[in-house]
Amino acid sequence: MSENKIIDARDTYCPGPLMELITYMKQASVGDTLELLSTDEGSAADVPEWVNKVGHEMLGSEKVDGVWHLKIRKAK
Amino acid sequence: MRILIVGGGTGGTIVANNLARRLSAEIRNRKVRLTMLSASDRHMYQPGLLYVAFGQMTPDQLYRDQRSLLEPNIDFHVDPVEKFQLDKNQVTTKSGKTYEYDMLVIATGSRIVPETVPGLTEGAETFYTEATAVKMFKRLREFEGGRIAVVVGVPHKCPIAPVELIFSMHDYFKARGIRDKVSIKYHYPIGRMHTIENVAKWAKPEFDRMGIEIETLFNVKEVDAEHKVVRSEEGTETQYDLLIAIPPHKGMEVIEENNLGSAGWIPTDRFKLTMKDRDNVYVLGDTTNLPVSKTGSAAHFEAEVVSENIASIIKIGTPVRDYDGKVYCFIEAGHDRATYAMFNYQNPPDLKPATKPMHWFKTAYNQMYWTSVRGLL
Repeated sequence: MSENKIIDARDTYCPGPLMELITYMKQASVGDTLELLSTDEGSAADVPEWVNKVGHEMLGSEKVDGVWHLKIRKAK
Repeated sequence: MRILIVGGGTGGTIVANNLARRLSAEIRNRKVRLTMLSASDRHMYQPGLLYVAFGQMTPDQLYRDQRSLLEPNIDFHVDPVEKFQLDKNQVTTKSGKTYEYDMLVIATGSRIVPETVPGLTEGAETFYTEATAVKMFKRLREFEGGRIAVVVGVPHKCPIAPVELIFSMHDYFKARGIRDKVSIKYHYPIGRMHTIENVAKWAKPEFDRMGIEIETLFNVKEVDAEHKVVRSEEGTETQYDLLIAIPPHKGMEVIEENNLGSAGWIPTDRFKLTMKDRDNVYVLGDTTNLPVSKTGSAAHFEAEVVSENIASIIKIGTPVRDYDGKVYCFIEAGHDRATYAMFNYQNPPDLKPATKPMHWFKTAYNQMYWTSVRGLL
C-alpha cells in the first residue's frame, strides 16, 4: 500500500530541500508520494531537474503563501 | 525529578554538564537526580578523523575518558539502552536494568551504513571511523598517481566534510610533490557542488584553482570494485584508481528497533526539540529528523537550549527559549587556511575568504573541544 509523506524543509540551508528529498526518497517504497515543502526559490527548478534525471515522476508544483509544494511519486 | 540522558556524545554530554551546574542545589538536596547512560566509556572528537586520514593526528589523540568529562554529580553508567518504554516513562538497558524518568533526553547519534550501497564497503575508502580513517591514510600514502573519485552518500554527517576532504587531498599530494600525477573528480548528489548555495559559490573557484573536476547530480547507486567503476542513480559512471566515499548515514539501530523513528531519525519539533507527541522527551544532535546539519556544532547549540529549558521547567515551571537552527561550522581549506559558515533557520551563511588565522583557531578548537563538551565554552 503506497503512502503519502510530507517533508517539511522550509527555512533550511543545510542540508537543504533537495538533499532532504533524496534522504526520504531512499526510505520510501515505489509508488509512494512525497510532498516537499520548501521556501527556497531554487527548489522549483532543481527538484524537477533531479526527479526527471533519476526517473521519478513529478506530480505537481505550486507556491502557496510563499511555500513551494512539490509532489513527487517514487517510480523506481 | 529524575532526568535521564541517553547517549554520551557531544549533545548528551553538554546537556548533562549544563544541567549538573544549573541544578547543582537541587541535585545536592536530592530533589533532582541526573543520570547518563552511554554505550561507551570513551568520548571521541569525531572531527579529528579527517586529520587521522591525512596523517596529521593519531587515533589516540581523539579520545578522552567519558567520566573525566562529566561533572561529579552526574550518575554515569556504561550500559546502553535497548528498550524505550515511553508510555511507562522508563528504559531497559543491555545489563537488564530498568531506569525510570520524568524527563528523557535522547542523543544517541548516527552511524555510517556503507552496506546500503552495493560494493561501497569493499570498493571505497572513508574516514568516518577510526579504523577506516587509518586505512584511508595508508592508501593515500602508498598512492603514487592516478584517478581519485570522491562520492557523497545521503544523508551524511558533517556536510562540510566533502569540501574539506578535497582541500586536504590537494595539499597532501602537493606536499608529496605528486599533485600533477593525481587527478581528482568530485561527485555531488544535487545540482550544484555544495548544498549550501554560498558555500558552493565560495568553493567553486577554489576547486577550479586546484584543478578539481566536478560532476553534480551524482547519487551513488553501486560500486564495481573489481573493475573500479562507480555508477550513479542518474545513469552516469566514473572510472577510478582510488575511490573515497562520504558514506550514507542512519540513526542508531536501537531507535529503529523501538519504532521511535524511520531510519533511526526521531520526529522532533524544530523549535522546542521535543519528540513529536512526547512533551517530556527531548531529542538532539544527529538523532533528530530535523532539516539541520548533522554536526557536533548543531548538537552543541541544541544542547544549550535543551538544558536551559529543562532547568527552567524545574525552577519556574516553563521552558524559556526556542532553538533557532543555529549551526557554526569551521571549513578547513587545506592544511594552512580555513573559513567558517554560520547560519540558522532564517539566515544563510556569509562565507569569508579562507585565512591562516582561522586555521590556527580551528587547530586551537581541536583542543578547546574538551572544554566545550564540559559545557564551559
